[in-house]
Amino acid sequence: MFDVIVIGGGVIGGTILRELTKYKLNVCLLEKENDVCMGQSKANSGIVHAGFDAVPGTLKAKFNVLGNRMMPAYAEELGVKFVNNGSLVVAFSDKEMQTLQALKERGEANGVTDMEILSQAELRELEKNISDEAVGALHAKTGGIVCPYGLTIAAIGNAMDNGAKLYTDFEVVSIEKNGEVFSVRSAYGEEVKGKLIIDCAGQGSGKIAELAGDDTVKIGARKGEYILLDRESGDFVSHTLFFTPTEKGKGILVTPTADGNILLGPTSEEQATPCTDTTAQGLAFVIEKVRKMSKNPPLYNTITSFAGVRAYSDRHDFIIEESKKVEGLILCVGIESPGLTSAPAIAKFVVEELVGNKFVLEKNEAFHGRREAEYFFKHLSIEEKNKIIQKDPSYGKIVCRCEQITEGEILRAIRENPPAKNIDAVKRRTRSGMGRCQGGFCQPFVAELIARENGIALEEVTKNGKGSNLVTGVSK
Amino acid sequence: MKMNYDLVIVGGGPAGLAAAIAAYDEGIRDILILERENKLGGILNQCIHNGFGLTRFKESLSGPEYAARFVDGVLARNIQVMTETTVLSLTKDKKVTAINTQNGVFVLQAKAVVLAMGCRERSRGALNVAGSRPAGIYSAGTAQKYVNIKGYMPGKSVVILGSGDIGLIMARRMTLEGAKVHAVCEIMPYSSGLKRNIAQCLDDFDIPLYLNHTITKIEGEKRVTGVVISKVDENKKPIPGTEVHFDCDTVLFSVGLIPENELTKGAGLELSPRTRGAVVYQSRETEVEGIFACGNVLQVHDLVDFVSEEAELAGRYAANYILYGKTERDEVRVSNGKNVSYVVPQIIDKNIQGNVKLFFRVTNTFRDCTIIAKCGEQVLLQKKKKIVVPGEMESMLLTEAKLAEANGEIQIELEEKI
Repeated sequence: MFDVIVIGGGVIGGTILRELTKYKLNVCLLEKENDVCMGQSKANSGIVHAGFDAVPGTLKAKFNVLGNRMMPAYAEELGVKFVNNGSLVVAFSDKEMQTLQALKERGEANGVTDMEILSQAELRELEKNISDEAVGALHAKTGGIVCPYGLTIAAIGNAMDNGAKLYTDFEVVSIEKNGEVFSVRSAYGEEVKGKLIIDCAGQGSGKIAELAGDDTVKIGARKGEYILLDRESGDFVSHTLFFTPTEKGKGILVTPTADGNILLGPTSEEQATPCTDTTAQGLAFVIEKVRKMSKNPPLYNTITSFAGVRAYSDRHDFIIEESKKVEGLILCVGIESPGLTSAPAIAKFVVEELVGNKFVLEKNEAFHGRREAEYFFKHLSIEEKNKIIQKDPSYGKIVCRCEQITEGEILRAIRENPPAKNIDAVKRRTRSGMGRCQGGFCQPFVAELIARENGIALEEVTKNGKGSNLVTGVSK
Repeated sequence: MKMNYDLVIVGGGPAGLAAAIAAYDEGIRDILILERENKLGGILNQCIHNGFGLTRFKESLSGPEYAARFVDGVLARNIQVMTETTVLSLTKDKKVTAINTQNGVFVLQAKAVVLAMGCRERSRGALNVAGSRPAGIYSAGTAQKYVNIKGYMPGKSVVILGSGDIGLIMARRMTLEGAKVHAVCEIMPYSSGLKRNIAQCLDDFDIPLYLNHTITKIEGEKRVTGVVISKVDENKKPIPGTEVHFDCDTVLFSVGLIPENELTKGAGLELSPRTRGAVVYQSRETEVEGIFACGNVLQVHDLVDFVSEEAELAGRYAANYILYGKTERDEVRVSNGKNVSYVVPQIIDKNIQGNVKLFFRVTNTFRDCTIIAKCGEQVLLQKKKKIVVPGEMESMLLTEAKLAEANGEIQIELEEKI
């Protein structure tokens, strides 16, 4: 019997799970996919927003500013890449310059510090590739970038190291409440019981709430398509460049990622049925806007394109509260942008206030919050590398050429919490396959390592879970 | 561990092997080949089809057989080899940092370095092909590795984008292994593959080749379930209304090769934006003295026979550099003119004795045309051609006497219909 069952292994579920393990609570995480971080937490802009966008008084405004302040230390403790690169909201007309002034005032009302309006000359000084048409910008120095899947995986891994239990391939199909106890069943007939449920299921959170007896949660889907450029072009911009927001939204951005690539996008398309396909029109739109923002974008260095679907609530604000219909069901739903930034603050609030309402929170003295950095090996000195190789020779074998990732790092990703069970899971943890050849060279090796470590046949190794097998059989 | 070598060769594929043998035969004994895979031979090891060596050996060998001739040559000469060793970085003063499980990370000092890292395939991602991102999407070379080296089938029902040689070879290979290849699509109006491969790999198996077509959508959530192909206009834009759907579980991409020059770039060497390889003299020496480049890391070749030939050149001149040091140069630049997409070498050193063979590709298919080497308005050499295609590398020999006449930049161009 668990004290708390968290449903949904994205950044919100992950950070809440970790926060729960700071207390003497028996907790678990249910994830419907084969790995954690399979929804919008893996396919977003990775921006740590300063907090000038949200309307003062909303939960978005509150948690954005709190989360922004927490993120540097939070990421550092978990060994996740965070860069305080600063954001620039770029204006292309005098009218937009006025909007920037309003944005700055809004930011100040939300408690954002270190903002200034830049002239055209000052903007060009900061970003050499900015369009000649740009007339000025709002510079928010507290803006940053973080690896979103790195953060999610590290939070969940650290929670597991501190005693949380993870169930993957656990698609919830029924939730029953008998007295004070919830029984949650999966599509495969597994069952877990717990006293409290926290619904962090993103796109599926409306369905989870409904299964638990609350039919008031209405979730919409908005798709965003992105293009990713090679690290070779990583210095194209150094700040996160936003267009000045209009009634239609924030528009696309041009930003470095925490891993040193350049990310372009997202589009914003309402969807009746969530679908992460990219489209020719969507990608063309991204390119058109990037060309407006910047001079000669190095699109020839494109290495991939992808899309993510953001779940938003009909309140158009975060919903973070106990269900009014079902006691013991805590809702963390509609966490669209700036959800990634807000995650550490949301987690703290949910556990201290909402879970704290239900249990007497007793500190877990054994909690250890630090986690060794992932994808660390490349950055060590030769002496440090050789010390590791001497202990474990598998660190002397490069498997991914483009990102120079060793067999040792891949084995570690397969073995440590949360264990990587498929190709994409290894990729998100190590960057193996994330470079310019997109796994062309390393995939067969990684597949063999997964098969060997799990004692399964190569035919059973998948790209990202059930049904995504890499090969269809043996050759003649 | 020995840390100093006369010659370090990065890559034990066909280029590295031929360079090593040539340098040895020129008198160099202190040679080390660094190879990242567990055996020598490079990509030839997975090319189990035949057709290799027709030019060089006048017989048709499989990839492993072709490689074996050079591996044997290396072993017979007792040239030192380290396999499963990856070079991490290179500096202009010829320090080579490498890693393996036995020695850890180590830094070698070489007198000369030959870069022979080969090339890699462009991926689906580079093309921004719309649709989903399921399992079952492979580059042709990755699929070839699964089938020929690992012994697994990447799929049973296949559509291939790109009619380069690897795409054509894999169309036949997958068919022989029992898969159904529905179509090979080519965005250009012509195939960049060898004519014999179109005949032997597609025509003989009734696999349709769709010229002026590209894949406009990939479908399937977990595994590929189908693709949509569309005809393209002269600007390579898909034409609405021409969509054809294929059910399939696999898509193979054979959409071009890119020289793998991460080390070269890391060392700060100039790359040609046209070849994406280093800028070299006819000796295949780069602009950094003592660093040479050859094979597909320099320019993507059509045939391994030509890779070997180029690598021997690099190996010989690397040996000369080790034996005699730097020499005075008298440079003439070579560039591509009208209807020619690139020329290698990009610089001729007139102080190096002998004729110079220039390699180049044309930008389109031309019939009854003339290829001209010019220096200013002066025509150095011209050659009539019945047909030239971008898929086949052309060459032109400039004799030492002709070169003596050139006192400025040499340009290679193609005149239509003369």
